[in-house]
Amino acid sequence: MKPFRDTWLVFQRQMLLVRRTPIRLVIGITQPIAYLLLFAPLLKPALAPMGATSYADAYRIYVPGLLVVLVLLSGLFTGFGLLAELRAGIIERSRVTPMSRFALLLGRALSEVATLMGQAVLITLLAIPFGLTVSIGPLLLAYLMLALMGLMASALSYAVALVIRSPAALGPLMNTVSQPLALLSGVLLPLALAPHWLVSIARWNPFYWATNGTRALFAGHVDDPSVWQGMLVIIVLTVLAVLWSTRLFAQRVR
Amino acid sequence: MIKTSGLRKSFTVKKGATVDAVRGVDLDVTEGEIFGFLGPNGAGKTTTLRMLSTLLVPDGGEATIAGADLRGDPGQVRMRIGYVAQGGGTTDEVTAREELVLQARMYGIGKTEARERANTALDAFQLTEYADRPCATYSGGQRRRLDIALGVIHHPRVLFLDEPTVGLDPQSRAHMWDEVRRLRADGMTVFITTHYLEEADALCDRIAIIDHGTIVAEGTPDDLKREISGDVVTVGIEGSTQHAADLLRDKDDVQRLETIDGGLRLYVDDSSTAIPQILRALDGAGIEFGKLELHRPSLDDVFLTKTGRQMRES
Ligand SMILES: Nc1ncnc2c1ncn2[C@@H]1O[C@H](COP(=O)(O)OP(=O)(O)OP(=O)(O)O)[C@@H](O)[C@H]1O
Ligand SMILES: [Mg+2]
Repeated sequence: MKPFRDTWLVFQRQMLLVRRTPIRLVIGITQPIAYLLLFAPLLKPALAPMGATSYADAYRIYVPGLLVVLVLLSGLFTGFGLLAELRAGIIERSRVTPMSRFALLLGRALSEVATLMGQAVLITLLAIPFGLTVSIGPLLLAYLMLALMGLMASALSYAVALVIRSPAALGPLMNTVSQPLALLSGVLLPLALAPHWLVSIARWNPFYWATNGTRALFAGHVDDPSVWQGMLVIIVLTVLAVLWSTRLFAQRVR
Repeated sequence: MIKTSGLRKSFTVKKGATVDAVRGVDLDVTEGEIFGFLGPNGAGKTTTLRMLSTLLVPDGGEATIAGADLRGDPGQVRMRIGYVAQGGGTTDEVTAREELVLQARMYGIGKTEARERANTALDAFQLTEYADRPCATYSGGQRRRLDIALGVIHHPRVLFLDEPTVGLDPQSRAHMWDEVRRLRADGMTVFITTHYLEEADALCDRIAIIDHGTIVAEGTPDDLKREISGDVVTVGIEGSTQHAADLLRDKDDVQRLETIDGGLRLYVDDSSTAIPQILRALDGAGIEFGKLELHRPSLDDVFLTKTGRQMRES
């Protein structure tokens, strides 16, 4: 019970910080919204090869991709926050208390996820006037998948931050990793247009599976195989990433 | 209350290069005292404190804190101690009240009780006025008081304070000393590091001086200074000092005596018994005497004798 209570406590505390600096939410969300607005007129013709025959179809393909980019990129940069808190002694202060070490990290990651999900909901709502239609059940499942992706990205980012310890090195490293990951999951440019060799590389990218699953859910195809495949890939990787980062945290934060 | 033996820690800084930050520290801190850990920059104070507060695993040695074994039961140690880091650790965006409630909750205290404790702590540390302002707006002294309030919210039996008065003006420093004395009056054992000699002298019941990771002296500030040369008394004498010097030279308490301009300087074991003896002797012989001054050797002298360096220069 204690690890859960502690996680909840850390979560609440981090959410308080988010509420105090709402500007962070806005910054994170401007890029996806800009993409949503700018590419709107191009969507139907551009996504025709993926089977989009109407704007509603196009948005069902485009919006989930946008949301995957959001959770992936924002999630991968959460390590900066952790390094800042380490430097400010905030984490040290909680480490002399009997708080569970696991909770100190997981609570933080979950608060990042909650923030990302708030942004994801906002983007979805904004896309509705453009013609996006989704049914609520599959949408909730899609959000679950996105939340897991965010948790995994955030845990990975924490782990890498704990290994390299330098904000100056973390930025370029995360950029190098996240760009190909995002492109190779076909989030913005559909991989249906890509040559065969590119698709076979993409199949090694877990986010490719997750993106396909999310798209299927937005289209309402809950029984599409890509849904359980994507879910399985993401659950396994999330568990591994969380275990890795919490272990590193317990060992390396000295 | 705190007992350590052979505590040590080295850091690997680059490949192959290590820093022996703490090299075998033995301490015995009694319940209810303010124990000062005095040493220059880089002496190993923070490293020792971080080991004692479970933040760093020692490379060797043992420690028991408030009855809990540091290696065997760090969880219990955490429950029984409070720790205030050298740099503090408050968040700019939240208020003192929020920080205090959260800190109490981190020790497993329930919501209602946590709020009450926060109120009490705000009162005790004179923070009520600023309680609902973000920490970013606090002055250095207010922030430091909050740091300490956070460190004691769970009523620990031992409190570790790492350089609590660095950067404070003399008034805030004196204020901080009063806070620390108040905590001792409540029965807390306070372990405080400092590199201010005056602070160690004025505030601490006992001190240990650490240099290059080893303890070079330990005792009450008075004992340590007495160990050096006892006390120094100067007394102004009207007219010839010869007669007075002959008279005082053989007194039990007087170790050594020098003639100075307009009087005598006497090195004595203990001024509290020596001064009455001196005065009685001079008075009895009808010698007119003027100003009498007592100088105690400072901790600076202690540090100098133990390490061959002056603390302020190192
Ligand atoms: N994490 C670390 N990695 C490498 N070296 C360290 C680390 N922490 C401390 N040291 C080194 O150990 C030595 C003791 O440092 P420590 O912080 O304990 O000194 P201190 O007595 O607290 O000094 P100050 O008065 O400046 O706070 C120093 O030489 C310091 O550079
Ligand atoms: Mg220090």
